[in-house]
Amino acid sequence: MSTVKLTVNGKAVSVDVEDRTLLVHLLRENLNLTGTHVGCDTSQCGACVVHVDGRAVKSCTMLAGQAAGSNVTTIEGLAKGDELHPMQAAFRDNHGLQCGYCTPGMIMSAVDIVHRHGGKLDEETVRHELEGNICRCTGYHNIVKAVLDAASRMKVAQAAE
Amino acid sequence: MYETNYHRASSIDDAVAQFAKGTDSKFLSGGQTLLPVMKQRLAAPSDVIDVAKIKDMIGIEVSGDTVTIKAATTHYDVAQSDAVQKAIPALANLASMIGDPAVRHRGTIGGSLANNDPAADYPAAVLALGAVVKTNKRSIPAEDFFKGLFSTALEDGEMITAVSFPVPAKAGYAKFPNPASRFALTGVFVAKTKSGDVRVAATGASQSGVMRVAPIEQALKANWAASALDSVTIPASGLLADIHGSADYRANLVKVMGQRAVTAAG
Ligand SMILES: Cc1cc2nc3c(=O)[nH]c(=O)nc-3n(C[C@H](O)[C@H](O)[C@H](O)COP(=O)(O)OP(=O)(O)OC[C@H]3O[C@@H](n4cnc5c(N)ncnc54)[C@H](O)[C@@H]3O)c2cc1C
Ligand code: FES
Ligand code: FES
Repeated sequence: MSTVKLTVNGKAVSVDVEDRTLLVHLLRENLNLTGTHVGCDTSQCGACVVHVDGRAVKSCTMLAGQAAGSNVTTIEGLAKGDELHPMQAAFRDNHGLQCGYCTPGMIMSAVDIVHRHGGKLDEETVRHELEGNICRCTGYHNIVKAVLDAASRMKVAQAAE
Repeated sequence: MYETNYHRASSIDDAVAQFAKGTDSKFLSGGQTLLPVMKQRLAAPSDVIDVAKIKDMIGIEVSGDTVTIKAATTHYDVAQSDAVQKAIPALANLASMIGDPAVRHRGTIGGSLANNDPAADYPAAVLALGAVVKTNKRSIPAEDFFKGLFSTALEDGEMITAVSFPVPAKAGYAKFPNPASRFALTGVFVAKTKSGDVRVAATGASQSGVMRVAPIEQALKANWAASALDSVTIPASGLLADIHGSADYRANLVKVMGQRAVTAAG
């Protein structure tokens, strides 16, 4: 057992976990942040994507101990109170989800993509960069639409700041 | 995953010392290979020594005709590096094609080389460019480093600290990714050294891991052009055959990826 101290969605937390604990299990089981999902055991589906120190990572492929001292953002940390993050709003408006299982990971990956590419995002880039996120329902079409829509909303929001 | 003990090393010396204390230790860098293997219970190290936060293990240096990438530098940082993009653009391009963004944010060059997956991308660049793998003990030339599937010249407890690449006159990489895993079904790295030598390496193709491709090297030495490979035949013997592609299919891929790599190199 070790004590792992990290910041999750802006809040400092300290958790006692076994050393083999994965970050996703610390989030879901110790902090009850069950928005982050587990969809595979081969590090391929992306349902578990969160941001660690500003970068999208698969939380099922990181030990809790590796995240000690880091800043973690999960899907629960995106909205401002009742106001959805523009990426969340765009997924709703564009029907970017059906069962919703992949959605938290999709949204966390998508926000990371927009952060890295800014206004230069096109459909090909979005499709290419979502390679690590698998969706069994939508056929991706509306997910890609949602990400491009959100990218332009986020650009407008940024320009207004 | 079986139980294990996690240690975060503060320096290279500390990592080596911690490794020696465990009964069956393993270094942990990006964890993008080791953790999936531990989750499948195919590995059960008593101790994992995290080397990814050691300052001397992270960063990229260019001096004269050498690019040195420290072992815990992520695929993403190599792909984004202005210095690498300028000195060896094919290497930055290769790093940008590994896995997906989340894998590139965590996975590192040292972990990839230590693992020596027969379908991994970096081994092709290291062998074709004639890079040198630096460890806590010695410098190992690429020719002596790769020892077949998932096996390398590293001794137990020996740690990769950096990789030094000589800057080539020209280089290019082309990969046919496995559509599911993104690993190379076959990838070919071509390089023309500053002294005019031509070195070509293929990954994902051979049953014994990354390999030099002599027929392509000879053809390109005579004429550095994609069309120079039109008449080259790659022997299928010793090549991998699985549900993704037969040995003949891979032999043809070596040639086609070689041509695309030359075109990319210019
Ligand atoms: C979904 C997915 C897709 C992928 N696609 C690709 C791909 O397209 N191409 C590709 O090349 N790879 C691919 N990978 C593998 C990825 O590149 C890994 O990052 C890499 O193989 C291992 O690097 P790591 O830093 O994560 O190492 P780790 O997983 O931490 O370690 C791997 C091995 O190396 C040892 N090790 C680590 N660091 C050192 C060191 N400094 N000295 C000595 N030994 C060390 C460890 O003990 C372990 O045995 C993929 C992985 C995943 C999960
Ligand atoms: S649960 Fe993490 S990649 Fe599938
Ligand atoms: S919406 Fe069901 S898996 Fe994507």
